[in-house]
Amino acid sequence: MNSKNNRWASLALLAVLLALWEGSVRLFHIPKFLVPSLIDVAAALWNGLAVAPWAKDGLWYHSGVTLVEILLGFFLGSGIGVALGVAVSQAPRVEAVIAPFIAAFQSLPKVAITPIIVMWMGFGISSKVTIICLLTFFPVLITSIAGFRTIDPDRIDLLRSLSATRWQVFRKAKFPSALPFIFSGLNIAAAFSVVGAIVGEFVGAQAGLGVLIMQMDAQMDTGGSFAVFIVLSTIGIALTSTLRAVQGRVLHWMPADSAHQRTVSA
Amino acid sequence: MDGIFFALLSDAMTVPDDYIRISGLSKTFDQGRAGAMLALSNINCTIACGSFVTVVGPSGCGKSTLLRIVAGLLDYSEGSVVLDGQAVKGTRRDVGVVFQSSILLPWRTIIENVLLPAEVLGLDMEAARERAMQLIHMVKLDGFENKLPRQLSGGMQQRASIARALLHDPKILLMDEPFGALDAMTRELMNLELQRIWRESGKTVILITHSIPEAIFLGDQVFVMTPRPGALDRVIPIDLQRPRAMSVMGDPVFTAASEQIRTLFEHTGSFD
Repeated sequence: MNSKNNRWASLALLAVLLALWEGSVRLFHIPKFLVPSLIDVAAALWNGLAVAPWAKDGLWYHSGVTLVEILLGFFLGSGIGVALGVAVSQAPRVEAVIAPFIAAFQSLPKVAITPIIVMWMGFGISSKVTIICLLTFFPVLITSIAGFRTIDPDRIDLLRSLSATRWQVFRKAKFPSALPFIFSGLNIAAAFSVVGAIVGEFVGAQAGLGVLIMQMDAQMDTGGSFAVFIVLSTIGIALTSTLRAVQGRVLHWMPADSAHQRTVSA
Repeated sequence: MDGIFFALLSDAMTVPDDYIRISGLSKTFDQGRAGAMLALSNINCTIACGSFVTVVGPSGCGKSTLLRIVAGLLDYSEGSVVLDGQAVKGTRRDVGVVFQSSILLPWRTIIENVLLPAEVLGLDMEAARERAMQLIHMVKLDGFENKLPRQLSGGMQQRASIARALLHDPKILLMDEPFGALDAMTRELMNLELQRIWRESGKTVILITHSIPEAIFLGDQVFVMTPRPGALDRVIPIDLQRPRAMSVMGDPVFTAASEQIRTLFEHTGSFD
């Protein structure tokens, strides 16, 4: 009942904000290259979507390119992050040795090296995937290491008391214990992967929503840019809610409120 | 009649009174620059098969260290620990351990937690599942087998962990202050339950506790330890009939044992 009321209130607020936007654009005669009217945005969105998916001037094609980059980069980057986190957790000495490298590289804003990566790897999809990998790798690695480090030693003792093998200790106690932490890293990574794709495409690409934004900006087609923003938000929401659904299934044993606390967005 | 039967039975099976034999056991913890810390000093004792031994001592006297050594979770510095004729060199499958907290894995249901030893030891899962249901019945958790641990009270969680420790049918059950975290009422109830479970299962039990009444109520023998470095001060036999009811606490034998342990504690400065 309450959540239903809140939803209506949110929708009402949206309507008010949209009305204010449209009203002030008309009232103050704001030029459309600064702030487009709602109708311009809607028209741009319609024109972008009402084409064949492979049409190179349509939203579908560019969205597809960006989405592929995001998914490849996210899975590769966070996959390597989890794998390295697991490896490091099995060998505490390795962790001690590589810790300063991780700290040093993590403090570098990855966005800063984007131009170099584009120069090395070209305007194709691989440079964007690499950038997203770099952005998603660190949060997942750091949270994985933290997850494996904070495991309750009693759980390991329990498995040891049953003469469990190293692999059994890992599979039955360590990994499930670390999963809530890993998921908090994946949530950060999902948000970063969208940022990485757009920044990479800004620096240099042949296709993608970032390229589309740059083109529209050059043509002062602000309405078009806004339409791309809507598509980008939709992709972001879809990613986050898919991840949240997976998390809800995997971490079903956690009390609902604590599972939600772990969803971080950036 | 019963006596004759038991005599024949024990003759045939020769129940060993040194089923567990600990000789000259010492444990030193290396604390790096702080030097070495002697935790256990020259412990000698034997425990008969099927008996219930409780160990009391002041906090920090090395009771848990002793239990972890017998469980094979911790190595020792000197002496020997022999279970059922075999020296302890690591964890072994004829031992079940119940820890201070229940350590149920929160992502597993109660039955999945109870089945953990079967998975780890690679037992036949179908038979294990049947046995798990029997054990869940024995610890009176019927109907809770598909609940998650957090949906159960502390006492119920600890009962589930006892069922888990018994799943692979170990001959020896080691319990490290299993009821320390429970409230007094639940604790008394659990003591009664444990006595029943022990009588039904016929295991050899070593239970660590810092509660003198708990030690006397449950034990055939109470091992009294000194403060650090922990040594075995006295073994006190408790000649009270089984099954014992809570009212046994008013029995002269009970109060005398309690008095004796307190006096020992005063002598060794355990109360300081």
